Amino acid sequence: MSQLEVRQLRKQWQETLAVKDISFEIAQGEFVALLGPSGCGKSTTLKMIAGLEDPSAGSIHLNGQDITHLPPGKRGLAMVFQSYALFPHLSIAENIVFGLKARGVGALERDQRLKRVTDLVNLGDHLAKKPSQLSGGQCQRVALARAIIAEAPLCLMDEPLSNLDAKLRNEMRVELRALQQRLGMTVLYVTHDQVEAMSMADRILLLNQGEIAQCGTPNALYQTPENTFVARFIGNPPMNLLHQDRSMLGVRPEHIRLAETGIAADVQRCDYHGADTIIDACLPSLSQQLIKLRLPGHQLLATGTRLNLQWFSDDQHLFCNTTGQRLPDYAQPTLTTHSLIQKELHHVTQH
Amino acid sequence: MNRLNQLYAWLMLLPALVLLLAFTHIPALTTLWHSLFFPARGRRPSEFAGLENYRSMLDDAVFWQAFYNNLWYAIGTVPTSMGLALAMALWVNSKISGRAALRLAYFTPTMLPMIAVANIWLFFYTPEIGLFNKLLNSVGLSGINWLGDPNWALPSLMLMTIWKEAGFFMIFYLAALQSLNKDIYAAAAVENASPLYVFRRITLPLLMPTTLFVLVNAVLNAFKLVDHLFILTKGGPNNATNLLLYYIYENAFSFFDSNYAAALTLVLLTLLILLALVQFLLIERRVHYR
Repeated sequence: MSQLEVRQLRKQWQETLAVKDISFEIAQGEFVALLGPSGCGKSTTLKMIAGLEDPSAGSIHLNGQDITHLPPGKRGLAMVFQSYALFPHLSIAENIVFGLKARGVGALERDQRLKRVTDLVNLGDHLAKKPSQLSGGQCQRVALARAIIAEAPLCLMDEPLSNLDAKLRNEMRVELRALQQRLGMTVLYVTHDQVEAMSMADRILLLNQGEIAQCGTPNALYQTPENTFVARFIGNPPMNLLHQDRSMLGVRPEHIRLAETGIAADVQRCDYHGADTIIDACLPSLSQQLIKLRLPGHQLLATGTRLNLQWFSDDQHLFCNTTGQRLPDYAQPTLTTHSLIQKELHHVTQH
Repeated sequence: MNRLNQLYAWLMLLPALVLLLAFTHIPALTTLWHSLFFPARGRRPSEFAGLENYRSMLDDAVFWQAFYNNLWYAIGTVPTSMGLALAMALWVNSKISGRAALRLAYFTPTMLPMIAVANIWLFFYTPEIGLFNKLLNSVGLSGINWLGDPNWALPSLMLMTIWKEAGFFMIFYLAALQSLNKDIYAAAAVENASPLYVFRRITLPLLMPTTLFVLVNAVLNAFKLVDHLFILTKGGPNNATNLLLYYIYENAFSFFDSNYAAALTLVLLTLLILLALVQFLLIERRVHYR
């Protein structure tokens, strides 16, 4: 039985439909990322689940209980906010046990749980300090500790890492995921950062304009995007979409390789990223459409250099020209087959 | 270079410094000097009195009455108007329809000049035709001589002052409430904190800087706002509503004893400085500044 069930959830403000009847489920112990560009309705969805926003229609069930209209505090969930939402006048210890005090948990149990949680998130030395005396990463840990100590069946996180710098964000990502797995927490995690979603989540719910564009494992979203939105959103740089007669052909920059033969392309510019170089090239055979490819190392290619491109047939995707939906794999590409090669057996790719 | 910077600094400070010296510091020192003399009478020049003005203050029953009146006036108006201000601010900060109109309504008394307010309230308090007595009469109670009865005169003034001041302090509380982080309240709601608990543990502590500011201002106002006395009671009946500043005015401009008024002024000034110091020292420790 799934832990959280969201059915036909909708949010409407006058004319604008922010969330369009979305339904999904989260199982016990699962880490689900609610991913999408800004304004796609992901934060609104989270707020409705938390009870901070009233849904216009639909229902929310947690462990079989209808919580759609319960006040936030009665829903049995914890939440981590983007701004951390720490109480600036209270000490770290007071911040963490705030909810336990409000719920009337006894002092002895409170102290035990505080000890346990502060050990988990490494905050032991800072308990007497005020939030203003801590760094961003430490504040994030306090917010996390406050959510963990509640031992709620569901933990909601609203872009918890987006206020941290890149290095700290990477560290916290690993730490957060490890903590979630160790405690078996059920997490719904809102983010606009696909790297966070890809690296941490068991499952990704990708939202676009208030609708679920695709729901599946990170690998599924990457390998078999169901429409062009998913194809372009997941992956960096995004998937190339080449317009053909009746369909669009998608291939990821990292899946393109240079070969002796293949589809011809003329280099436009090179963008050096350190470990690899992103090359923009145009395809004379496809009315000069632009294609991006990722080559390892530092590539210095003069503008106009002729390249021959190849990719595995497994790595190409076909989408309908009008609806943008994925076309079944048996629909053969109209692109010249000489750019397709069979996968070599010794070639190591993980699918 | 450093000297030039110094010169610039002093030049920049000069306008403010001149104004402060001319209208604050020099008059204060002159007042101190004046308070050490007897007033000039007729052709007799004023004579050095030493601390005689201060000594006679100790024996001056009217001074002591004005002093205690003022103390009661402060105790009666400051906490009540601050409490009301906070309650009103919390109310007009919540999601209610027509809250813009409500905010304006609460703020209206502040926009009126004290003299105008006193004239309005003079009508409320008038014994025969006043609003309050008409209301009392309509429920069968006999009227009260609000401003004429020594027992009622000071409380009547306090009531009007609370009405006048609460709206002003509400604006400060409202501004402070609106600057508080909304996420904090969302977090508290998720933690199942009751409204009372949230108010006690979060709102009130976070409003402490505002409370200190309002408190200092309210206490100062209680000692320096006497405009309404000129309209309502002129310190009477029998000095029942005489306040320190009004008594200073009486001494200086009715009794023409500007030297005694100077001595009273210094006493009032010292009192206010002491009060402000006590408030800062007592509350500073409990204030969390962001």
